[in-house]
Amino acid sequence: MTMKLSRRDALWAGLGGLASATLANPMFAATVEELTAGFTGGAAAGTGGITLTAPEIAENGNTVPVSVSAPGAVAIMLLAAGNPEPAVATFTFGPAAGSQTAATRIRLAKTQDVIALAKMADGSIVQAQATVKVTIGGCGG
Amino acid sequence: MITRREFLQASVAASAIYGVSGFGNWSKLAAQQALTQDQLLQFDDFGNVTLIHITDIHAQLKPVWFREPEWNIGVGEAKGVPPHVVGRDFIQMFNLKPQSPEAYALTYEDFVALGKTYGKMGGMDRVATVVKAIRAARPEALLLDGGDTWHGSMTSFLTKGQDVVNVMNALGVEAMTSHWEWTYGTERVKEIVETQLNFPFLGANIFDAEWDEPAFEPYQFFERGGVKIAVIGQAFPYMPIANPRWMFPEYSFGIREERMQEMVDEVRAAGAELVVCLSHNGFDVDRKMVSRVKGIDVILTGHTHDAVPEPVLVGETILIASGSHGKFISRVDLDVRDGRMMGFRHKLIPIFADVIEPDAEMAGLIDAERAPFKDQLEEKIGTTESLLYRRGNFQGTWDDLICDAVRSERDAQIALSPGVRWGASLMPGDAITREDIHNVTSMTYGQVYRTEMTGEMLRTILEDVADNLFNTDPYYQQGGDMVRVGGMGFAIDISKPIGSRISEMTLSDTGEAIDAARSYTVAGWASVNEGTEGPQIWDVVESHIRKQGTVSVAPTNSVKVTGI
Repeated sequence: MTMKLSRRDALWAGLGGLASATLANPMFAATVEELTAGFTGGAAAGTGGITLTAPEIAENGNTVPVSVSAPGAVAIMLLAAGNPEPAVATFTFGPAAGSQTAATRIRLAKTQDVIALAKMADGSIVQAQATVKVTIGGCGG
Repeated sequence: MITRREFLQASVAASAIYGVSGFGNWSKLAAQQALTQDQLLQFDDFGNVTLIHITDIHAQLKPVWFREPEWNIGVGEAKGVPPHVVGRDFIQMFNLKPQSPEAYALTYEDFVALGKTYGKMGGMDRVATVVKAIRAARPEALLLDGGDTWHGSMTSFLTKGQDVVNVMNALGVEAMTSHWEWTYGTERVKEIVETQLNFPFLGANIFDAEWDEPAFEPYQFFERGGVKIAVIGQAFPYMPIANPRWMFPEYSFGIREERMQEMVDEVRAAGAELVVCLSHNGFDVDRKMVSRVKGIDVILTGHTHDAVPEPVLVGETILIASGSHGKFISRVDLDVRDGRMMGFRHKLIPIFADVIEPDAEMAGLIDAERAPFKDQLEEKIGTTESLLYRRGNFQGTWDDLICDAVRSERDAQIALSPGVRWGASLMPGDAITREDIHNVTSMTYGQVYRTEMTGEMLRTILEDVADNLFNTDPYYQQGGDMVRVGGMGFAIDISKPIGSRISEMTLSDTGEAIDAARSYTVAGWASVNEGTEGPQIWDVVESHIRKQGTVSVAPTNSVKVTGI
């Protein structure tokens, strides 16, 4: 019996996101640099004081759980550097916020860096990033 | 190449822990022609706690041939260090004698000739003898199973793992973790865990996929030798990626390093004096994880099937790797005082099937499990003139034969076969029984698909799988070997990043270059897609071997490897 597989099926798993990558028009997407500059106002980003949690390898590229925590932040911006539309979300925290933590699920078109930037009350910026691999899967031992 | 002595000293020097490994005196024994059960089991009791580790038996209840890899390339920080040392280098590093029993058990060289002298290895009846002997000396010894236990044989497939579950219950396993167990599907796993197992099924990293909350017991406490021991389980992290996600859609896995640290802190706070991690991460992932998670005393590592004759020290953690297919078990004696591990004595005990007496009770149980299927199992399908083996980073004669079968039975230009590390070997002259075929193909998603793929797609697959092996960060490695190919050849430069390792893809029949834009007929098995259609791989291989009668597999040089 011959089975007709689409490209996505034939790649066994996970790379499905690639097929949809062309749906967004990169012509109109703001770049990582533009988004970063808009958020930071040009301030250089430091490290530390921000924790980004993401899987090393996505179990499903269409819905990747990501969480970020930055105590004392007034805003956190999340970017998927390799998506046609890198902007994921910007979370803002008012003075009454109990903790400056956000968790969401994002779609990743391919292996890429997820970047989190946090703006502190004094205007300083901290950044963390993690590479999330989107794979067709291997075969384990 | 550093010698074993330098390696061990370098490791021990960095740590306050003192230790001894009891592996190195077999050469003398062999020279005296006196390899006996007593000598294999000889161990001077040490300290106050004994751990027994078995892992990755892949449902092999009977002794098997198993050739260790000729290719096991390490990258990044793992380059040239155990377990990425093979053959002559391995013999040198661990100060073994060529041609000795340990050289036969641990390396590939002269496998066929030495096999005639030293025989098959493993068998759960022999393992039972060793476990009983250790327990006679140390009644409170703790027996832990690293997983990949219920899968890998015809009887385990036909009983959905029940035969192995019965054997492991009888062996007296006290905790396990998991990987291929999940390929029986969520319902069957839960049924076994809830109604069959006499011991906990641990996985600190198994989470509910929807709510991202812990879904299984993360750890278990044991009181042994007056010591409070915590055993934390770590299931295979890449479960939904390397195996079909649709079979266990309720669960999410992952390394979850922060979770492991939390669990260690939690058990320490609850008074654990010894923290053991029973892991199915794979050796390199474990080596990285224990360099970052603080407070694990012993990590019993599995998944990558490495048999390492001495513990590897990372900071103050010892890594124990106990091989696969029942070839070895590890005994680790520990001196735990004042709430910490002060020292260890370790022995990787080789299960020479002709030297270790089978335990009668276990042998009876295994035969009873096999009885309903005996005729099917033992039917001779053909004979092999060649050594058939799988394990190694690239190709392998078993997979060459499987790829030939897939191409010819499914009429495809190209065959793909998964780079799994399980599968027993066969010696030249051996009959090939149906059970032997299942030992290298058994799985719950064995349908052989046939489809068309472009050259570009084939290249994407090769690049992707290669990165699962050769990404220099162990956290991005899934612990399998390279996908096997039939009908095509390629070159791989392992030192390059993803997307630029693979070149020179050609059709082997004509030598013609594979065109990125052209479509080729491709057949393969072990697709992780739900609804894959086709005959089962073991039937395809059986049909092919029957037609040949006697098979002979010449070594292929279809993969050119550089950048080592």
